Amino acid sequence: MSGVRVLVGTRKGAFILTSDGKRQKWDVSGPFFGGWEIYHVKGSPVDPNRLYASQTSGWFGQLIQRSNDGGKTWEPVENKFAYDGKPGTHQWYDGTPHPWEFKRVWHLEPSLNDVDTVYAGIEDAALFKSTDGGKSWKELSGLREHGSGPRWQPGAGGMCLHTVILDPSDSDRIYIAISAAGAFRTDDGGQTWKPINRGLHSQYIPDPNAEVGHCVHHIAMHPARPDVLFMQKHWDVMRSDDGGDSWNEVRGNLPTDFGFVIDVHAHEPETIYVVPIKSDSEHYPMDGKLRVYRSRSGGNDWEALTKGLPQQDCYVNILRDAMAVDSLDSCGVYFGTTGGQVYASTDGGDNWAPIVRDLPPVLSVEVQTLQ
Amino acid sequence: MIRVELPAHLRTLAQLHGEVRLEVDGEITLRAVLDALEAQYPMLRGTIRDHDTLARRPFLRFFACEEDLSHDSPDHRLPEAVANGREPLIILGAIAGG
Repeated sequence: MSGVRVLVGTRKGAFILTSDGKRQKWDVSGPFFGGWEIYHVKGSPVDPNRLYASQTSGWFGQLIQRSNDGGKTWEPVENKFAYDGKPGTHQWYDGTPHPWEFKRVWHLEPSLNDVDTVYAGIEDAALFKSTDGGKSWKELSGLREHGSGPRWQPGAGGMCLHTVILDPSDSDRIYIAISAAGAFRTDDGGQTWKPINRGLHSQYIPDPNAEVGHCVHHIAMHPARPDVLFMQKHWDVMRSDDGGDSWNEVRGNLPTDFGFVIDVHAHEPETIYVVPIKSDSEHYPMDGKLRVYRSRSGGNDWEALTKGLPQQDCYVNILRDAMAVDSLDSCGVYFGTTGGQVYASTDGGDNWAPIVRDLPPVLSVEVQTLQ
Repeated sequence: MIRVELPAHLRTLAQLHGEVRLEVDGEITLRAVLDALEAQYPMLRGTIRDHDTLARRPFLRFFACEEDLSHDSPDHRLPEAVANGREPLIILGAIAGG
């Protein structure tokens, strides 16, 4: 019997939404870690009962929680993220040098082939790796030290490494993205990195075509085509067909190309989803209408998906890690809002319905397809 | 026996109900009490003070005997009433909305 488990991180705790393969009736459990910000919860592809959660608080700092039973019980593991060596400075908002300081973990990416290996993307931007299930963390400092680090600067949400994508065809290749530095790739398992931002154009930096400084919001990849990447940048929706070596804009007929989330259909590598947001100064959908846009051609031609979504007076945001897909035969698409709704579509986006309506503001959504 | 009151979230994290009671050897300083607390409840490491610098996290305060000890040196001796267990050391989260 197949099923789905949706892992939801919110401003005030984690929630786990479960259903059978029909995805009509949902069980809601939580809040786990009530009152804490849960930036991200993600399960291991190797063992879906192994979950990792980033639990953080302005008062008490960072915790990492681990579950071995699909989220029924949790145990705190190591929460010390020490930069390798003396971390130096990056740019502050006003352009002055600012010391690198650990603030929180934005994203946890479990390995595709080892249950105890997991990557952590942190603020101030760096990538850490654990090979013992989170009991210890070591920085992959080749990223932060590759040379452009002193020119990185925080976006409004902080200088966060928020996207980690593991290439299923090449265990040495990892893509990451940082706000506001851009996208980077390693081809040697994280020892050395290079910026992959050619083709990005950002008016908000002194040189719009600079090697680094771009505010990449999220990147998505279909596992069957690991060289093809889709990016939602601060402004602009982009596509790369060469593993990030070059990017092309695929905004096409989108009403606005600002937004945070982007994802790919589980079975159709050219079908992608975004949720356009009016602007970087407004952070809500256009015209009070919550619309997911779908392209079946990998960009440029987009259609608005509205059935079941509020089409008036809707002013929520959908944050960068708050969309995911399941891999059932009829692909499910899920996203969470800052208004506390988690919407699901069981037919690739044609029709939507809320699973829950009144959670705290949603920070992240991940989906596990259970066999 | 040293008594320590923790904020609710840290009691939950450490799976504690009520006050913590600690045996602390030597001089009863804030550093000694926090060292003992973290040794007994390792999941609290990093939540009250920084892992490396051991500086108090900015939104936490240390109170005892109706005094704010937050800015005292961690090596100052705590009040006698805390050292002999008549009064607790209170670790408190700053008030904030949201």
